[in-house]
Amino acid sequence: MPEASLLEVKNLHAAYGATQVLHGIDFGLQSGRITTILGANGAGKTTTLRAICQMVRTSGSALFDGQQLVGKATEEVVRLGVAHVPDGRGTFTALSVDENLRLGAHVRRDKQRVVEDLERMYARFPRLGERRHQQAGTLSGGEQQMLAISRALMLRPKLLLLDEPSFGLAPKIVTEIFRILRGINTDDGVSMLLVEQNAQLALELADRAYLLETGRVAVSGTSRELMANESVRRSYLGV
Amino acid sequence: MSALPGSHDQRPAKWVWIAGALLLVAALVLPFLVKNYRVFQFNLVLVYAIAILGLNILTGFNGQISLGHGAFYAIGAYAAAVLMDRVGMPYWLTLPFSGALCFLLGFLMGFPALRLAGHYLAVATLALALAIPQLLKYKHLEHYTGGVQGIVLVKPDPPFTFRLLDQPFSADRWLYFFTLAVTIVMFVLAWNLLRGRVGRALIAIRDHPIAAAAMGINLPMFKSLTFGVSAAFTGVAGALGAVVIAFVSPDSFTVTLSIFLLVGMVVGGLASITGAFFGAIFIQFVPNIADELSKSAPAAIYGVLLIMLMYLMPTGVMGMVRRLWARWQPGARRARMRGVQPGSSVPVSHDHLTKESAT
Amino acid sequence: MEAFVHQIFSGLANGCIYGSIALALVMIYQATHHLNFAQGEMATFSTFIAWALIQRGLPYWLAFLLTFGISFAAGVLIQRIILRPVEKAPVLTNVNVFIGLLLIFNALSGWIFDHTVKAFPSPFPQESALKTAYFSAHESGSFLVMLAVLLALYAFFRFTPVGLAMRAAAQNPESARLVGIRVSWMLAVGWGFAAAIGALAGMMVAPSVFLDPNMMAGILLYGFASALLGGVDNPWGAVLGGLIVGVLENLLGAYVIGTELKLTVALVLIVGTLTLMPSGLFGKRVVTRV
Repeated sequence: MPEASLLEVKNLHAAYGATQVLHGIDFGLQSGRITTILGANGAGKTTTLRAICQMVRTSGSALFDGQQLVGKATEEVVRLGVAHVPDGRGTFTALSVDENLRLGAHVRRDKQRVVEDLERMYARFPRLGERRHQQAGTLSGGEQQMLAISRALMLRPKLLLLDEPSFGLAPKIVTEIFRILRGINTDDGVSMLLVEQNAQLALELADRAYLLETGRVAVSGTSRELMANESVRRSYLGV
Repeated sequence: MSALPGSHDQRPAKWVWIAGALLLVAALVLPFLVKNYRVFQFNLVLVYAIAILGLNILTGFNGQISLGHGAFYAIGAYAAAVLMDRVGMPYWLTLPFSGALCFLLGFLMGFPALRLAGHYLAVATLALALAIPQLLKYKHLEHYTGGVQGIVLVKPDPPFTFRLLDQPFSADRWLYFFTLAVTIVMFVLAWNLLRGRVGRALIAIRDHPIAAAAMGINLPMFKSLTFGVSAAFTGVAGALGAVVIAFVSPDSFTVTLSIFLLVGMVVGGLASITGAFFGAIFIQFVPNIADELSKSAPAAIYGVLLIMLMYLMPTGVMGMVRRLWARWQPGARRARMRGVQPGSSVPVSHDHLTKESAT
Repeated sequence: MEAFVHQIFSGLANGCIYGSIALALVMIYQATHHLNFAQGEMATFSTFIAWALIQRGLPYWLAFLLTFGISFAAGVLIQRIILRPVEKAPVLTNVNVFIGLLLIFNALSGWIFDHTVKAFPSPFPQESALKTAYFSAHESGSFLVMLAVLLALYAFFRFTPVGLAMRAAAQNPESARLVGIRVSWMLAVGWGFAAAIGALAGMMVAPSVFLDPNMMAGILLYGFASALLGGVDNPWGAVLGGLIVGVLENLLGAYVIGTELKLTVALVLIVGTLTLMPSGLFGKRVVTRV
């Protein structure tokens, strides 16, 4: 049975003020899968995620679970089940770890299950559990990244957007985070759209990949295909 | 009094000279065409125009928000009144004294203002405006200020008498010409000051303070000087006002005056020299008309107007006029393509005041 | 000595009022980074509404609650309708809008309720148990009411989900949107609270200073001084600042300069704090990135 298409983006344009950044990109994501968007700095990867969340001026079409996202407010996109872990983590630094996580579940009505999910997060990320009443701004980079991801998961999202989760983190922590992401996808069936500079890790995690160059899709295919692609290997995999 | 569009470096066209001459003749004859009381009102318009110009130098051109310029007006007025009444100084001599005093006070006020921006400066100046009437009523200063009763002055007599168009050359009419002369002097002064490097520096400080400092502009000195000059202008207006009205009292200078000056500036147009006239006409005549409706009507009208202007016409009357004028000019399209702002000799960037803020 | 102590306690009583206004100012500042210059006039207008309700025969506490609710609703509406369009506009534009609101409310108070000075009742009977050696019944009562409101607010922000969402929206609006918080509405609710607290302050101060359209002008200034002294982004600081300013005002008035220069005192406090201690006593130090 063919998988449901969770996210279908067609001819997406995005601009910051007068500067056009995305020039009509198409890509898709199947339910339960992981897709990654690669590219150099300035290619428009972060903008793509922000466009889906309607944090920048967009035009075109972005169908999520049958609903058109373009034109909605960011909060409404989130309420449809899209959780975004932004670059820079976006933690509420003045609030505690626990408060950050509770905020992740802000739109949910099922109080009891929220409490259960909280405990599950602390079980999955013991380091967060140890620091649950600590101010989020005092956590290390890796811990903040875990906090950001957990907060996003508290939404019980259908789609998780991740913007450069490896940024600024030590390799060991990055490996751990990617392992956890793999687990979240496999165990909980959360679909993911991953933007990454670290092409190697991203291609190992993802099923499909899109390569962006100056706001356009240059190459697309399964991650295996991209890993075998000569120009991709030379430019982005350092091989 | 901005130079004409499209002719930054040329002499103004012939028709401008003719129009200017006609305007001047009209201005000279005007006081004899209307009743005495109207002349008195025109005098106040001129006084307010100078006061608003002063405020505009600080807030419009330099971006430092003042909700307290009424205080400088009051100080200028009281200085003139005390000098005339207690010292016997001739009225025309009080103007430079008031100006100098207010320059000093404004300059000193400029130093704490350096550390204050935006609302903080607004709060501080508002506090100044609210404190002044109390200070003026203060028991221990009563000997100088006349306390709650204020100081009653005598309107200067005209130096000679005649009749024109069946109207006598009264004190108010004499003061009209005196005020007109002072106004012209002050406006020419302001125009010269703001037209060249100084004006550009002021605007640079307003829009890109860090870049301005990096380019070598001494920010603290400049900002304090601007405060001083701005206060001096408004102080001179206050002194002139004292002469014209022949009376000062603490309750003439409440915070309402500061707010009215602000409204006048906004209506006329930020960073516009000519706009000061429109603003002055507005704040002089609107309350007179609105008062008929109710004592509270002027305040309500001003309030609604302020808000509507912020939505619709943040650059005021002159801003609208400039934009329309610029669109009309044949050289405008070519100028725009060269990246030059048509319609003013002072490179005015209203963007800072109307565009979205970075935060 | 007795007089000195009395001055301090009287100052604390006034300080409650200043602290409440300061709290309202800080609430709006925290969420929007703007200072609501119209806070005083809005409070006065609310107090007039309470007065009118009482004139119509409503019992005090009913009028009190109704006014509270009306003010809250008005605050929400003002934010949604008048302030939202200029949310992203530069400071001067916002200041102008606030001044506009100030003028409108002042005019409305004068127009609807005229300029004669009115008496406003105190709900605390003069000879009740609330009267102590240092506080009149009204002063004690006001103090307790303020305390109750403060505690309720604290509990709201600390322990409820909406309170948490509001704190988040004030600190980091973008991240707040990413968890689905409707930030605009949070701002509106903040405004509602501020308006309601202002109304409360007005109703508590009116019995002593009598009700007229310009009742709050000086008090607003003291509210600013208190908020700035306490640190304009710190609600507790605002309240403490208010108490300090109240006591200072009384002591200076009684022993140093007499009572006629109160507003000059406020001016000096404001300029002094802003120049010497810009983030106040308890505020966070903000570093601006160049």
